[in-house]
Amino acid sequence: MTKQKQPEKKKGTLKRLLRYLAPRRKRLFLVLLATILSTVFMILGPKVMGDTITEVFEGAYARLTGTGTGIDFGKVGQMLLFLGALYVFSSLFTFLQQYLMASVAQNTVYDLRADIFKKLKKLPLKYYDGHSHGDTLSRVTNDIDTIGNTLQQSLTQFISSVVTLVGIIVMMLTISPTLTLIALVSLPLSVFAIRPFLKKSQEYFSKQQNTLGNLNGHIEEMYTGHQVVKAFGQEQQALETFDDVNEDLYEAGRRAQFISGIIMPVMMFIGNLSYVLISIVGGILVTQRVIAIGDIQAFITYTRQFNQPINQVANIANIIQSTIAAADRVFALLDEEEEIPETSSGEIVQADGAVTFEHVAFGYGEELLMKDLNIDVKPGQTVAIVGPTGAGKTTLINLLMRFYEVNSGSIKVDGQDIQSMSRHDLRNHFGMVLQDTWLFNGTIRDNIAYGKNNASETEIIQVAKAAHADQFIRTLPDGYDTILNEDASNISQGQKQLLTIARAILADPPIMILDEATSSVDTRTEVFIQEAMNNIMEGRTSFVIAHRLSTIQGADNILVMDQGNVIEQGTHEELLAQNGFYADLYNSQFAEEQTG
Amino acid sequence: MKLIFKKLSPYKWLIALVFVLLFAQAMSNLLLPTLMGNIVDNGVVAGEIPYIWKIGGVMLGVSILTVAVSVLASLYSAKIAMGHGRDIRRDVFRHVQTFAMKEFDELGTASLITRTTNDITQIQQVMMMMLRLVITAPLMMIGGIIMAVSKDAKLSLVVLGVMPFLVLAIVLIMRKGMPLFKAVQKRLDKMNLVMRENLTGARVIRAFNKENTEAKRLKEANGNLTNVLIKVNKLMAFLMPLMMLLMNLTVVGIIWFGGMRIDGGSMEIGDLMAFIQYVMQIMFALVMASMMFVILPRAAVSANRIKEVLDTDPSITDQVEAHRSTAAATGTLEFDHVDFYYPGAEEPALTDVNFRSNPGEITAIIGGTGSGKSTLVHLIPRFYDVTNGAIRVNGVDIREASQAEVRSKIGLVPQKAFLFTGTVAENIRYGKDDATMEDIQRAAKIAQADDFISKMEHGYDTKLEQGGANLSGGQKQRLAIARALVRRPDLYLFDDSFSALDYKTDAKLRQALKEEVTDASIVIVAQRVSSVMDADRIIVLDHGKVDGIGTHEELLESSAIYQQIVESQHGEEETA
Repeated sequence: MTKQKQPEKKKGTLKRLLRYLAPRRKRLFLVLLATILSTVFMILGPKVMGDTITEVFEGAYARLTGTGTGIDFGKVGQMLLFLGALYVFSSLFTFLQQYLMASVAQNTVYDLRADIFKKLKKLPLKYYDGHSHGDTLSRVTNDIDTIGNTLQQSLTQFISSVVTLVGIIVMMLTISPTLTLIALVSLPLSVFAIRPFLKKSQEYFSKQQNTLGNLNGHIEEMYTGHQVVKAFGQEQQALETFDDVNEDLYEAGRRAQFISGIIMPVMMFIGNLSYVLISIVGGILVTQRVIAIGDIQAFITYTRQFNQPINQVANIANIIQSTIAAADRVFALLDEEEEIPETSSGEIVQADGAVTFEHVAFGYGEELLMKDLNIDVKPGQTVAIVGPTGAGKTTLINLLMRFYEVNSGSIKVDGQDIQSMSRHDLRNHFGMVLQDTWLFNGTIRDNIAYGKNNASETEIIQVAKAAHADQFIRTLPDGYDTILNEDASNISQGQKQLLTIARAILADPPIMILDEATSSVDTRTEVFIQEAMNNIMEGRTSFVIAHRLSTIQGADNILVMDQGNVIEQGTHEELLAQNGFYADLYNSQFAEEQTG
Repeated sequence: MKLIFKKLSPYKWLIALVFVLLFAQAMSNLLLPTLMGNIVDNGVVAGEIPYIWKIGGVMLGVSILTVAVSVLASLYSAKIAMGHGRDIRRDVFRHVQTFAMKEFDELGTASLITRTTNDITQIQQVMMMMLRLVITAPLMMIGGIIMAVSKDAKLSLVVLGVMPFLVLAIVLIMRKGMPLFKAVQKRLDKMNLVMRENLTGARVIRAFNKENTEAKRLKEANGNLTNVLIKVNKLMAFLMPLMMLLMNLTVVGIIWFGGMRIDGGSMEIGDLMAFIQYVMQIMFALVMASMMFVILPRAAVSANRIKEVLDTDPSITDQVEAHRSTAAATGTLEFDHVDFYYPGAEEPALTDVNFRSNPGEITAIIGGTGSGKSTLVHLIPRFYDVTNGAIRVNGVDIREASQAEVRSKIGLVPQKAFLFTGTVAENIRYGKDDATMEDIQRAAKIAQADDFISKMEHGYDTKLEQGGANLSGGQKQRLAIARALVRRPDLYLFDDSFSALDYKTDAKLRQALKEEVTDASIVIVAQRVSSVMDADRIIVLDHGKVDGIGTHEELLESSAIYQQIVESQHGEEETA
């Protein structure tokens, strides 16, 4: 990106963010009005207070010197009523502003999140495969949180700060230009004094962050490997390493906190310096009758109120920058390329399960991985897909289920091009069991029922039995009501597999896809699963990413894949006779089983 | 939260010191208005400019004192907060190390990690804030009241009169706010959870055409979160203006009553001005302290999560009494009618397991998923304790020896070959701290790992990434085996450790093992018949029960399940 474009882009992001506020512009306008009003009332306060004090003083002084009858309480009372009213209004408007802003800010954030969630539905699988989940998640949480905070607080704070600063300077100037000068000189001074501390503290903070990273890494490793740590009696060593890093962290943290803790007192000190100067000079000015006594009071109040808005305004650049950066990341997600919109085929007819690939080509970008693939699968046939890791076996499934789109050629189910069906309709024909067993945080029953809307209890138990899951479920304390925890770590990998199988069986699709589904289930269980699978595969077309010899041998068609392409296809015997890649693969992977 | 505060006790003197320092800071900050009042009363009113300069000098001194005291306070509060965090972290880590598998299962490894890392960091930050800002407020209040009373006791009644209202307002809002803040945290977690599920499960969701169901879940989570956030922010909208108003009206009251007292001649104008400033100082301190509304609920959640960890007692503890000498029958393993139930389970995971292995013998365990193979292995190093019966290693009941002692006799190769960050050699040496390079190489050779290690660029000094990410599954398994071998234990446990090896390596490894190990018992859990065929005894497990014990040939005769297993695998091999 060129330098010229950068600010333009920033402007664009800001504009876009403001568009999210647009539906609430009336409320927002009220908020701004309330902010300004409350600030103005706030600023007027000290001046009125000062005048009141002057009134009190002069009354008292007059009596002391014998020139008057004392304090005019009628007038003082009036002034105090006015002052009280100012404060009441100021507070009232502050309240209004914050109260209204709550729904403005949070609803805006809601819209942003809702847009992201809507987007998630439309993103192609390519996005999910190509981006780390942590990154996407952090856009929805951290980045949106940043935007939310800016809206909730920083925006109104900024406005009130600017109004306060301008207002206070004006008020100060009307009281005494000399004192104003003293008050203002302290500002650059404090910035100057703080800078070295800031720099040093950043240094220590980054050191603290690094040490924390090391420590967390150690903790993670020791906890995940706790079985091994224990088995080898290495607890002591783990603890020693931990103590060392923990101590380092303490040192780094202590320094960082200390330095950053100094900043406030230093600022306070400079503030106090100007306070002292104002007291002295103000005092002298009063004796010379240049200003009234109440003005000192007003001035001191103003200088006290001065520091906070200064910090806020100084910070605003950072805040805007981080907000725009956050918004950029959020918008980048919203701008991700979406799936090709689709035309729904209308009613869903149960497919017979014939699948054909006609001259299918596929690749990422320009380079084609898969060239001119032709397959013809009749209803009820079993297709085994074999090949080394990374050969593109999953790609084939991705194309079939339209997780990815073909570059050219066509895939047809029952003679109908899958591109002419909606994805929803297409996927109705498929059932899937992946190696990566995804289950969600809910009961076992709900997880199985995921395969079919409104599944009955009987159906659920029936499929659980068919998947040989019923037995282990019943041994769990809560049976079907057992809640799978966040990463479903309360059941074993094999058991998870069984649940995903049950889920797929429940869906009862004409075409089944099994992606190395049985690899983490032991032999005996696999025999049962195979039986169950054979049953549900009957009358169904099935694609199996196969590792087991029996599956491959029994398949009607074997697709041999390498480097993204199908290089051979045929039955087991045919392929062996060809004496090509498959024969090699077979000999290296499976022949050993004979000698074992 | 209580527990967390308890951990502050080693720092009680430092905390007292910080209190004193902060109090001094508050008092000297409050001294400034008093001095200014003197300037007004004795300097300005009397027109004595030298007096003004003199007191101005004193004020400067007080300012310098304030900054010195503050810097010291910052130094010690950093020490306290960081030390406190360090202590909790160490306690938690130490405590987690005593956990048996049961506790890890219950709390979850991932959750334990966040509790030891993020949650404690959170507490640390809050503690810092508390020490720096929050406790200044009450000190400022106390100091302010002291100054006010000493200046003019009667007028300070105004301040004292407002205090209860202020406290009441804070307490009321806090009462209402706390549950809301907790709800925010909960709903935020929920939304993140649903979101994460949507990311990781994208394929499944689409395959099952569940996009709309998921969209509904997301929308619900989003709506719930937004609702409670709006509520919280609306509630908080009351807090600040209310506090400001109360304090400002106090000022108005002070001027009114102060005016009367001045009129009556019992007070001077400078005192009134000082008075007003006390109130303002107190107010600013309160504003700072109100930050605790935001941070305290978060800290409370974290504190609870940490407390949960510390309150969890390890399910297995060593007996206090002195252990007996263990020379009785070196290299033997005995299961004496062992039953085992997982905590809370109705069905037993193992029922009446009974066998004995002598030195040099191989015991193989085979069976289906959930048949209890891994459970059986986990009982031996006391990851869990048996429910009935006894396990004896080297002739000693393992419950009568310490966990560390039992484990020192065992070389375990876990199902998942967990490796640590470090070199290959370091990972193997993990089994025996004082292993020489020859020991390591010897172990690697038996484990059939020497070949591939030597082929790596840096050989035994090759750095492994976390969890051994730069190795294949088979390579990791072989390193884990070498790690157990280097230990030369009395008992080897292979928990399905050959699964990622090809048949040839598997056979070679078992051959080498047999030649090498003559004085120890070997237990092998396996799924392949070929891995167990030549064992001295094979135990066939079925749903936690022993279906048969015997050699390959014997079981082919007696165990239907064994036959079934053999057939399912043998069939393939024959036709292959």
